[in-house]
Amino acid sequence: MITLVFLGRLAEQAGGPTRQLPAPLDWAGLLGALDTGLAAQVASDRVRLALNGGLLADKTQLRAEAGDEVALLPPVSGG
Amino acid sequence: MPVDIRLIDAAFAPGSAIDAFAAAHPQAGGIASFTGQVRVEEDVLALELSHYAPLTLPGMTALGDDVLARWPLAGLLIWHRTGLLHPAEPIVLVVAAARHRRDAFQAADYAMDHLKSDAWFWKREQRSDGWHWIEPREQDHADLARWRVGDGAA
Repeated sequence: MITLVFLGRLAEQAGGPTRQLPAPLDWAGLLGALDTGLAAQVASDRVRLALNGGLLADKTQLRAEAGDEVALLPPVSGG
Repeated sequence: MPVDIRLIDAAFAPGSAIDAFAAAHPQAGGIASFTGQVRVEEDVLALELSHYAPLTLPGMTALGDDVLARWPLAGLLIWHRTGLLHPAEPIVLVVAAARHRRDAFQAADYAMDHLKSDAWFWKREQRSDGWHWIEPREQDHADLARWRVGDGAA
């Protein structure tokens, strides 16, 4: 399984901070697994992805395998 | 180089942290500190700060390295709260110790501008009608941009 971690307002929209999806997972698979509204937000330029704690320069190149953690990061509010 | 960078999940006292830091850096002629606290506002009951552990503290540590590379400091402290905070509670403390005051002021200012716009924190505030997410402020990005003008000359 792959663990999705939703941060900030995305956690609220996803209905919880984490979700499990079957491996493997790519960008199209991720968008397909989310509700339409949430998928549109995740696809927007403002949301970034991290794979196992490393930011992806190009989130559409996501390739997650079993045991991986994919974080969905909306714009930060600032410290 | 004594650097103290922490994520803190319970209330802390900036005054005693600054005193201890100053005592630990007797060779520094100047110590500049900044404390950010939850603004007391009508109808704000609480503030919740969430973070993502794999990114947030490593990002703060990288910021500390960046600050130390720019100013000759004797010490640097960056503490940031997470979790549920009440009005008037401290959120963030930055303290810089340097031989001369200008380095300490600038280092603390730079660290705060970067924490405010770059650090991996998400905030929401609780009002009587429920929780509201806080969006990034344009001013925070403008504050950050100041440091990019003539970068390296700081």
